[in-house]
Amino acid sequence: MAQAKVKSPGPVEKKLVGVADVVLVAAEKSKDPTLSIPVRSLANVNFNEKRGIIEMGKRKQARTFFNVGMAKKFMQTVLVADALAELQRAGLTTSLREIYYRTKHTMKESHENTFDNQNESDPLIEDLEVTLAALREELHVRAENAGSIVGPVVLADDGDRVDCARLGKGGYSVPSIVEPEFIEIRRCTADFILLVEKGTQWNRLSEDKFWRRYNCVLLTGNGQPPRGVRRLARRLHEEYKIPVYVLVDNDPWGYYIYSVVKQGSINLAFESQRMAIPKAKFIGLSSADPDHYGLPRNVGIKLNDKDIGRAKELLKYRWFQKKDWQEEIKRMLASGLKYELDALANKDFRYLTKTYLPRKLKEQDWLD
Amino acid sequence: MSTALAKTMTTEKTPTAEPKATVSAAEMGARQREISVSEFFTKNRHLLGFDNPRKALLTCVKEAVDNALDAAEEAGILPDVVVKVEVAPSNGSAPPPASQATRFRVTVTDNGPGIVRQQIPPIFAKLLYGSKFHRLRMSRGQQGIGISAAGMYAQLTTGKPVQIISRTGARAAAHYFEVQIDTKKNEPRIFENKKIDWEPPRGTQVTLEIEGRYQKGRASVDEYLEQVAIANPHVKLGYLTPEGETREYPRTIHELPPQPKEIKPHPYGIEFGILLRMLHDTKGHSLAGFLAGDFSRVSAAVAQEICKTAKLSPNARPRNIHGEDAEALYKAIQATKIMAPPSNSVSPIGEKGILHGLYKQIKGDFYTAVTRPPSVYRGNPFVIEAGLAYGKGPEQAAATPEAPAAPLAEGEQREDDSELARVIRYANRVPLLYQQSACATFKAVLETAWRNYGIAQSKGALPGGPMVVFVHMASVWVPFTSESKEAIADYDEIRKEIKLGLQECGRRLGMFLRRRERAKSEFRRRNIFELYIEEVVEACARLKGGKLAKEKLKTQLQKIATKRTGGARTDEILGGDGGPEGLPHSIIVTPEGPEGDAPVLPGAEASAVAPPEAPAKPARRPAKAAKRPARTAKTAKRKKR
Repeated sequence: MAQAKVKSPGPVEKKLVGVADVVLVAAEKSKDPTLSIPVRSLANVNFNEKRGIIEMGKRKQARTFFNVGMAKKFMQTVLVADALAELQRAGLTTSLREIYYRTKHTMKESHENTFDNQNESDPLIEDLEVTLAALREELHVRAENAGSIVGPVVLADDGDRVDCARLGKGGYSVPSIVEPEFIEIRRCTADFILLVEKGTQWNRLSEDKFWRRYNCVLLTGNGQPPRGVRRLARRLHEEYKIPVYVLVDNDPWGYYIYSVVKQGSINLAFESQRMAIPKAKFIGLSSADPDHYGLPRNVGIKLNDKDIGRAKELLKYRWFQKKDWQEEIKRMLASGLKYELDALANKDFRYLTKTYLPRKLKEQDWLD
Repeated sequence: MSTALAKTMTTEKTPTAEPKATVSAAEMGARQREISVSEFFTKNRHLLGFDNPRKALLTCVKEAVDNALDAAEEAGILPDVVVKVEVAPSNGSAPPPASQATRFRVTVTDNGPGIVRQQIPPIFAKLLYGSKFHRLRMSRGQQGIGISAAGMYAQLTTGKPVQIISRTGARAAAHYFEVQIDTKKNEPRIFENKKIDWEPPRGTQVTLEIEGRYQKGRASVDEYLEQVAIANPHVKLGYLTPEGETREYPRTIHELPPQPKEIKPHPYGIEFGILLRMLHDTKGHSLAGFLAGDFSRVSAAVAQEICKTAKLSPNARPRNIHGEDAEALYKAIQATKIMAPPSNSVSPIGEKGILHGLYKQIKGDFYTAVTRPPSVYRGNPFVIEAGLAYGKGPEQAAATPEAPAAPLAEGEQREDDSELARVIRYANRVPLLYQQSACATFKAVLETAWRNYGIAQSKGALPGGPMVVFVHMASVWVPFTSESKEAIADYDEIRKEIKLGLQECGRRLGMFLRRRERAKSEFRRRNIFELYIEEVVEACARLKGGKLAKEKLKTQLQKIATKRTGGARTDEILGGDGGPEGLPHSIIVTPEGPEGDAPVLPGAEASAVAPPEAPAKPARRPAKAAKRPARTAKTAKRKKR
């Protein structure tokens, strides 16, 4: 795309070719070709308290070729590496799904396909990311544009100037790759960033021009924020030294979204250093809010077994060990109820814009 | 509500009840009269298996064939039976094709002992006349209804009499009869009776002209005869189909099954009413004598013991025992330990016989058979035999996999064979084709946990897969659910035995499948590596920008693969393995040929059929004896590692 074609292989391409070298070297020595892939699970992440981010541990798993259980995966990994190298050479970006289609074919003289569905190829891309220590963006794999931004920010995208203050209430759709070589932040005059979980509330705030009144950037990721949104928030936070507030539903999933923004995710812990915003604050919805703001009990939703199980898991996470957080989660469990951001509309359609957020900001009522 | 109803009832009743009864008791009494069995069955022909034209055709063939086989076997003759079903000539015009025809002539010819002249009319034209009802001995026919009912059906639908030719020996003359039943009296009416020239030196031929339908497939005449051939490998069967085809079912066992003996009833199987009748009818003078003399397995000592338990004098006159004494006697019998009845009244087909029958008629990869030890229900001894034929046979299996080669789209799956097993059921060597789900055998097949043996089975369904399940019950008295003898009644003792037999078959099949699977998975393992090496080498070559010695890398990787997957050992397993060691009474068919005690079948040419009287035993594969020690050595080796 934006990248010019390079003659000599770039660093990422070199890493991908390294996968082929593993096979060649092993074959030469009559050894079983083996890739060692860092383990992507809770057991292999550490919480670095000093830096406030989740870091990947040292544990690795061996993926060997001549093992019936792993042979297919090994073969698939090599195929994916090949497809990714092809992207590098052509200077293209693509989606996970297109990688799947690119690598799918029926193997010679058999009824077996290399891949049967996308669920098989997606984790292999993540495997390669962690194994080669290359970010997905660097591998030229993008996700759908799944986020929006509006506020006093000026960006440059492919040389086009994008003034996010002049894009009406729809805002700018955040691309999945926002690295400096793709997106340049020309100016930002906001005082803070508000990252909203749901599109509904982001639309309400945008329609009410909340960002103009409180001079902030409004960001949403429509649920679990995609990497583009997280990375953009991180860049604005870092490059312009402005605080980030996270507004999510009051349920275990909302808490986890906040923790992903703040410390990084377990699955892609190695990316935390590029994505995490350790100073991000949780502005709401807190389990204390129904009391403070007089939300009636009947707009709550009973916690189901899955919610309760997830909440108990969160209680054990190292990064939720702070006293305030333990109280927050336990209070939710004690009440047995969860609240959606949408429930605020019970008071007034513009309760969020007019009352809730102004009061929160004024009282500095947030959790760290 | 109820009062209202009561009211209407009374109001309605009074006017009709008052005037006078329309029929007096005397008038009613005058109308009462005896109903002959023949009349009863004319009206209720479905009870005898003549519900519809298709089934009627089958029943006629079946009754005639059963009689022919029973007669020949009892006379100690290896049966040769020829069944001919032809479209009956309709007056003048050309006969319709077999599938359209509604009238058929069924002719069954046997080489049996023949029938003496005087007995021919009652045997074929009198219901409930026969030699088999009053004795406890295993035979196909039991009641003496079958063939005369078929004749009655012929009479009812076409009006044609039954034609019989019978000859008792080369020196005797052949007699030709045409008979019908007098349905009111249940007595034969003779239309024709003459001596004729008949070529065969001995035997009987019955011809029935009936209304019927000929249709192939399930429960057809064709299927019936095929199943007869499976359970009766000692019978040579010829079949001329209505379509003019000739089918030969050769004899694969050249000796008769042992003659079943006639037995006395066993005390455990006697119901109270029957005991009372026996007490009344007995020729014994003392109770102990009666017990020891009229029952099987009751010795003098056991008789004394029963009397003691019942607190009755062993010398009491049987005729004087009734009421409470009889009840005490009945209870005492049940409480006394008595040996199981002798099983020589039952003649099972035998494991070898079943194997030969299945192998002859059904294409498969694996055959096994189990004959259970004799058991007893209601005092009747019986033997359960179970068999299995599994697989599609090497020829068919080799033919199928070439068909589908289209790559699969996402979400698509290769079609599995959702075929269900077929159950073939027999009672005293007679195939049962109707009312499968009411039959104890079928229920036992459903109840057997086939999954334990590596066979798919949905809940409450037959096991899946290319499989034929064979179940045979041999007994002096097979408890059928109806007169038309279509399903075996569901006694716990019977069902339990069937299940035990099936479980043993299942275990052997499981062993066979596991062993085959083991060899296959090793092969598959090697195969997938070869496939994947191809892919990995191609991808590496592309990654390296085409600068790669592909062939060299491939050979290197293949070498590692062979080393890692057992190398030569796999070849060995894939190659020569597969003998039925550890699998008693089983035949395994591989592309190289059958292993185990398989009969030699005549090839395509019918001339290869061994002459019927030749005493030749089915030949064993000569290679087998030589192979055996080698194989056992191999197993030992395999166990060691």
